[in-house]
Formats: sequence, structure tokens, C-alpha cells
Amino acid sequence: MDYKLKRTLTNTVLYIVLIVVAILVLFPIWTAINISLLNDSQVAQYPPQLVPTQFSLRNYAHALEQAPLLRYLFNSVTQSTLVMLGQLVTACLAAYAFAFIDFKWRNVLFLVFLATLMIPWEATIIPNYLLIKKLKWDNTFQGLAVPFMATGFGTFLLRQFFLKIPKELHDAAVMDGCGSFRFLITIVLPLARPALGTLAVYSFLQTYNQYLWPLLITNDQTMRTVQIGIALLQDEERFMFNTVMAGVVFVLLPTFILFIFSNRQLIRGLTAGAVKG
Amino acid sequence: MAVSERISGSHTVGRFRYSGIRQREIKRFFTALLYLLPSLILFSAFTFIPLIRTIGLSTYLTNPLGIAVKFVGLAQYEKLFSTPVFVNSMQRSLLFVAYTVPASIIVSLGLALLGNLRLKGISFFRMVFSVTIAVSAATASLIFKYLYHPALGSLNYVLTLLGFDPVPWLVSENTALLAVSLGTVWLQIGLNTVILLAAMQGISDELYESAMIDGANYWHKFRSITIPMLSSTFFFLIVVDMLAAFQAFTQIHVLTSGGPLDSTNVLVFSIYREFYFNGAYGFAAAQAVMLFLIMLALTVFQFGVLEKKVFYD
Repeated sequence: MDYKLKRTLTNTVLYIVLIVVAILVLFPIWTAINISLLNDSQVAQYPPQLVPTQFSLRNYAHALEQAPLLRYLFNSVTQSTLVMLGQLVTACLAAYAFAFIDFKWRNVLFLVFLATLMIPWEATIIPNYLLIKKLKWDNTFQGLAVPFMATGFGTFLLRQFFLKIPKELHDAAVMDGCGSFRFLITIVLPLARPALGTLAVYSFLQTYNQYLWPLLITNDQTMRTVQIGIALLQDEERFMFNTVMAGVVFVLLPTFILFIFSNRQLIRGLTAGAVKG
Repeated sequence: MAVSERISGSHTVGRFRYSGIRQREIKRFFTALLYLLPSLILFSAFTFIPLIRTIGLSTYLTNPLGIAVKFVGLAQYEKLFSTPVFVNSMQRSLLFVAYTVPASIIVSLGLALLGNLRLKGISFFRMVFSVTIAVSAATASLIFKYLYHPALGSLNYVLTLLGFDPVPWLVSENTALLAVSLGTVWLQIGLNTVILLAAMQGISDELYESAMIDGANYWHKFRSITIPMLSSTFFFLIVVDMLAAFQAFTQIHVLTSGGPLDSTNVLVFSIYREFYFNGAYGFAAAQAVMLFLIMLALTVFQFGVLEKKVFYD
């Protein structure tokens, strides 16, 4: 067999494998979309329908009418934005000190930051829950966001990036009478935009997908986040799977948009911990 | 830099200059501290002090509001090992790790190998294979709850089409943890694939080219280049996935609430249930301390081995 034909043949087989595997990976997501388009009698019948026969957004309208999904979404986006902004500020400041200032006990303090990565949030959750209750921060945005506003991971990520900026730039600027804070704002931050984008996307997604903490500290309908709200839909008998799946697709939409349009930042954030050095 | 400044200072100008440098050093320390302060305050308030308080709480009996009333020493820890709750949830967590970690890494390796092929349009498939990084545990669990539904779910229907018997998924205590694990594997493959792909792209082409010159086929290259070059990545994934498995909560809460018959009552779910529903804060705190120790051991182990062994370059 000549070389060209053989290559076309292998490629065809490979594409078939790729497509089959892609269908398997996407099957659960396809299921959610499919079910969200079925009407009440279709979703209750056996055998189950694997492809929708009509396109109707009725279930979406029903889900939005029956549960305050928009309010939940607003709460989640607010919480995630607050955490993202908080992490950007605290991590920038800390990473700046670690990258540009020579000070006593720098290594010790850096280890303190890294140590936070070894402490699982679940191991500290009982005192944190009691603290938030005592401060009367349950059912508030500060209760949802403030505990997550510092980040060992983010500080580490930004420090790695800041270290690539030549130190001479810092020394020269400071010598010229530029304060170190002004140096951070006017020189470092514009240069560090890719790293800031990575941290922003990463922390937003992590917070948006949180479950246990908002479950513990919100019980007011108006303060629930979208993940809790959607999980509670299924507990109510009056909702059938098609309404629940419409809610699921609605909740997934923002993260899919983030996934498609900020794919590079997201992947850089996720792989940052795995890359050596 | 600080060192060279200090040396030249003390050598050339003597005492007066030296104290100036000293002063500058102190000033620098406080400047740095100012930058670190926001993080340090938050870490103290929500990480370090709560960790110490968890340890403290685990030596007390509390009232239902979580206020410590009676010091009991290590009695809560004795209770951990003498009553079935913790022993069961520890066992469930270990099984959960065994079900999810190897499976998700092996599946992800397959996906990453496919995604690493040099074909037109491969970046689209890469995106598809990593799609679950955008899916939350809560939504994934709701989808699987439908798939597993005994009467309506499509999974059993597909199984019967393929000639298999229907599986009682979440209904039976023999299969519930396996069902939760299957959903978790699906959720985890996105992250694992992304990390494996990044590592594969970091392997230099020269290695493969010289192997090709030596007449190596795909399988040879896979066994003697790809796998060894990925060893540190595998190790990283094993630890990260184990940590994630020990922290699993959402899937359990949405799919099974720990049942049937406590067969999915894993460690974090048990902590949640003991303090949030049973008001057993001290007992839950003792379990939380155990969780912390497991995580600590895994991370220390990771640092130790990563530093010593697995680096090939």
C-alpha cells in the first residue's frame, strides 16, 4: 500500500475514534440539554427519548418562573466577583513584597503562605461556621466572600510572574523617587496582566462552583447561591426532570462562556500547580 | 543584595553607616509587612486560628450551639475508633479513593494521548476532552441523578440495549458508592486531561525524533518516552486526586445524602452531618483533625518524593 493512502486510512480511523470518545465525554451534558427540551409526557415515558423531537424553551421559562434562579445567579456572580477582586488585591500586594523587597524572615513568611495550601477548608469549617454565626454574617455577602479573599495559590502564581520582571527596573524606579506602591501600580500590574487574568478566571470559577460553604451559611431564599438553589429544585416533588435540567443548563451557561472565551487563562491557572519550577 | 550592602557598608564607612543600614533594614521589613498584612490577617482569621480551634474543640464536649462546656481530653478520639461512624466513613473514603483515582487518571491518559495527536482540528477535541473543568459538582450530580433514575434514567436503558442487566445504581448499598464514583470520575477527567496534555506538550520533540531514527514504533515510544517523562505528572495527579477524593462532599449531598445504609457516608459528609445535624461539634472536630492529618501526610509525602525521586531532568 502506498504511503499516502495508508496515512489517509489511519487518519480516518483516528477521527472516528476521536468522535466516538468525544460523544462519550459529552453524553452527560447532551443528556441535560436533551431532557431540558422534552415536554412533561415525553420525560415520563419509557424507553427514554435520547434526542429531542422539538425545540421549545418552555421548561426554561417554567424553571425561571418557579424558582428565583435569576436571584441565585445574581448572588453567585456577586460572591464570585467579590472573592476575585479580593484575591487580586491581597495576592498582588503579597506577591509584590515577596518578589521585590528584601526583608528579614521573607522565606519564613513565604512558607506560612504555602502552608495554607496544606490546610483543607473542610478541616477548619466548624470554627469558621461558628465565627460567621457569631458575627451574624450568615445570609450576607461578606459571609460568603470574605473568608476566601486571601490566597496562597494566587500569591505563589503572581510571585512567579513578578520574578520575571527585572529587579533593576524596581531599584532604578525607587532610586528616582518612585514610591514602591506607585511602582506596583504603574509598572508591575500592567506587565502582569496575563497572570492577573489567569488568577481572576480561576478564582471566579472556583467560587461560582462552591457548594458546602454557601450550603452552611445561607438558608434565606434571597441569599442562596445558584449551585445550592439548583440542587434544592430536585427535592421539590412538583419539579420534573425536564425543569431541573433546564435549571442545570442555565447554571452551566456562565461557566461554559468562561470556558470557551477564557480557555487559555483557565488552563494556565489549572496547570500552574503542576508545572515544576 | 542585602548581604553585599551590609558588607561594603561595615567595611568602608564604619559604625555610623552601619546603623543607617540597620534602620533601612527595619524600615524594609515593615514596608513588606504592610503589603503582607491583608493576606496575613485573613489567613489568621479563617485558616490558622480555626485550625487551632478545631484541634481545641476536639478535646471538648459542647452544647448544641457549639460552645465548649467540658474538657474531655482524648475521649473524642477514643470514640472515633470505638464507634462505627468514623471507622465506616474512613472505610468509605478509602474505597472512594480506590474507585475514583486510578480510573480517572487512566481515562484521562487515554484522552490526553488522543488530544496530543497531530491532526487538523485537534484543538476542538482537546476542548471537548477538558470540558468538565467548567462543570460544577452540583450540576454534574444532578445530571447523574437523572441518568441513574430507576424508572426514567437513560443509563439503564442504554445498558439493556447493549444486552446488560439493569443496575440498581443509587438504590442499593452495594452499588451506590460505585455510582457516585462514576460521576466523580467523569467530573475529574477534565482537569486531569488538561494537566496531562500540558505535560505531554512539554516533552521535547527531539526525544521522539531520535527514537524514530532508531526505528521505534508508537507503542515503544509510548512505553519508553511518554510514560517515564510523565512520571512526575502522574505522581502529582495521584496526590491531587486523592486530596480531592478525601474532600468530596457535593456529589454525596446531591446524590445520596450518605445513604443507603451509610454506604456513601464519606469523611467530609460525616463531619457535616455530625456537627450540622447532630450538634456533635467535638466529635466532628476530631474527624476534621483526622482529615487534616491525612491531607498533611499526603502533601508532605508529595513534597518529599517530588524533590527526591521523580525528577528526571
